[in-house]
Amino acid sequence: MRKVFARPKSMKDMPMHYCPGCTHGIIHRLIAEAIDELNVFEQTIVVAPVGCSVFCCDYFDCDAYGASHGRAPAVATGVKRVLPDKIVFTYQGDGDLAAIGTSEIVHAAARGEKITVIFVNNAIYAMTGGQMAPTTLLGQVTTTTPKGREKELNGSPIKMSEMLSVLDGSAYIARVSVHNPAGIFKAKKAIKTAFETQISGKGFSMVEVLSTCPTNWGMTPLKALKWLEENMIPYYPLGEFKTPTEVV
Amino acid sequence: MAKILMKGNEAIGEGAIRAGCKYFFGYPITPQSELPHYLAKRLPEVGGVYLQAESEIGSINMVYGAAGAGARVMTSSSGPGISLMQEGISYLAGAELPCVIVNIVRGGPGLGNIAPAQSDYWQATRGGGHGDYQLIVLAPDSVQEIIDLINKAFDLADNYRIPVMLLGDGVLGQMMEPVIIEDQYETKAPKEKKWASTGRMGRGSKNLVTSLHIVPEDLEKHNIKLAAKHEEISRSEQIWEEYNTKDARLILVAYGTTARVCKAVVDMFREEGMPVGLLRPVTLWPFPSQILNSLADQADNFLAVEMSMGQMIDDVRLAVNGKKPIHFYGRSGGMLPVARDIYQEAQKLLMEE
Repeated sequence: MRKVFARPKSMKDMPMHYCPGCTHGIIHRLIAEAIDELNVFEQTIVVAPVGCSVFCCDYFDCDAYGASHGRAPAVATGVKRVLPDKIVFTYQGDGDLAAIGTSEIVHAAARGEKITVIFVNNAIYAMTGGQMAPTTLLGQVTTTTPKGREKELNGSPIKMSEMLSVLDGSAYIARVSVHNPAGIFKAKKAIKTAFETQISGKGFSMVEVLSTCPTNWGMTPLKALKWLEENMIPYYPLGEFKTPTEVV
Repeated sequence: MAKILMKGNEAIGEGAIRAGCKYFFGYPITPQSELPHYLAKRLPEVGGVYLQAESEIGSINMVYGAAGAGARVMTSSSGPGISLMQEGISYLAGAELPCVIVNIVRGGPGLGNIAPAQSDYWQATRGGGHGDYQLIVLAPDSVQEIIDLINKAFDLADNYRIPVMLLGDGVLGQMMEPVIIEDQYETKAPKEKKWASTGRMGRGSKNLVTSLHIVPEDLEKHNIKLAAKHEEISRSEQIWEEYNTKDARLILVAYGTTARVCKAVVDMFREEGMPVGLLRPVTLWPFPSQILNSLADQADNFLAVEMSMGQMIDDVRLAVNGKKPIHFYGRSGGMLPVARDIYQEAQKLLMEE
């Protein structure tokens, strides 16, 4: 009998702490599949953030670092400068990357650090109890925007992929979504391209993955997927914003 | 091995290179600028990396990554920048990562000024960031001692897996003195870092660099382990210099630049036949409390002299432990204590007897 589906080698065989319906698990799997397919597991190093994915350094079976909130790109810079032949990636949420860590992400991209960033955007601070994130949509109700995010008070959500793609140092920037099988397929392709960009030494690569948080959104998993499709994708258009061929 | 003339800040850089440090991450701030200038030129010559970070927060987290990857790595800054680094220093201590952090102290609080000061003593010797931890803190008083201590700093960091801070000030940083420097320092620390997170590369198991211990039982166990390490360092690594303390009835206690001025004061008294000496802590943490406590059996008075409103004096009090009175003379805001003023202060104490 031929095995057609198994746990990727790069993932540890252990239960995850993520809530039912959370898409972190899918994204973890896509990364692990990409690492396995590129055959770089032994060379790969993950830098975990602060937030729900703080334990991702346990789930990926490769060597790992736990960074402080928002600083994963700086930690990854230190690792990569010492070990230029290794594959270094960070896994960061939207609060981590797009609020407290803006300085680190912008300058890692500007320097063209040869690292890969997996940026999980679920439009909310999940671990701390569903507060407004820099990516929270206008009108979206969170525990700190009880009447919905107001532009007058909080400004508009940040589009990180668009922002980072204008920097010379970024080589590959894409936004994908894991709300349906077609999206998951494209997400996998983008993640693999991002790692390939790093392996070929072309510069900074980032994949923004639109993701759900049924718990803090107060929705069933299925409703959350639908909400993502109907509300997040119109504001955060999917696609490749920069590809290695455009690098000058 | 030749005698050459070097500036303090440059001596830190050259000393670090000869101790095998190949990575430096930093952000511009006065008065430590000569050090990054020097390393930006020198590190590429030895196949190393000098990288200017976006902030001190960036620098210290790059240090975290490089130290976790097993490299000898250094950063430097001054007061305000060191304050920004405190979050990262706490993580480095928690993850037990060896590194060297240089603080060329300037006047504070706040933006303060760029003149020499010793007012970061508390921050340096009490951990500085959040949580239960210590740094080893070294305070040289000459360019030669900078060279000797920077080499020792890397060894201590590697031996104990702990961040080490070199505490200087603008005077030491700018001062030029002749020094003897070895071509390459022989390290006594283990070269292989089996714990480093470098990619598994067939190791068979993963290495994880982190300060996260989510289960309270685990974190307590980790903190007990750190405390045992701190105790071992306290026992084994106290360094000090005694200057004319043998028969001294009044003992000055001062470190770094201030200790140099105090040596001149001791000389003035000794010329008059007065029994005055100096105890100079070289390690500020661990503070040389053993020697200070035993000197308290012989001396009548202690005078702590600092370029601050009185910070090291806390450790003098703890060491002397009530045996003898402790007095203070300090200048602040970038003002240097002059020998004549310290002399007058000390003379008052001698006349009281």
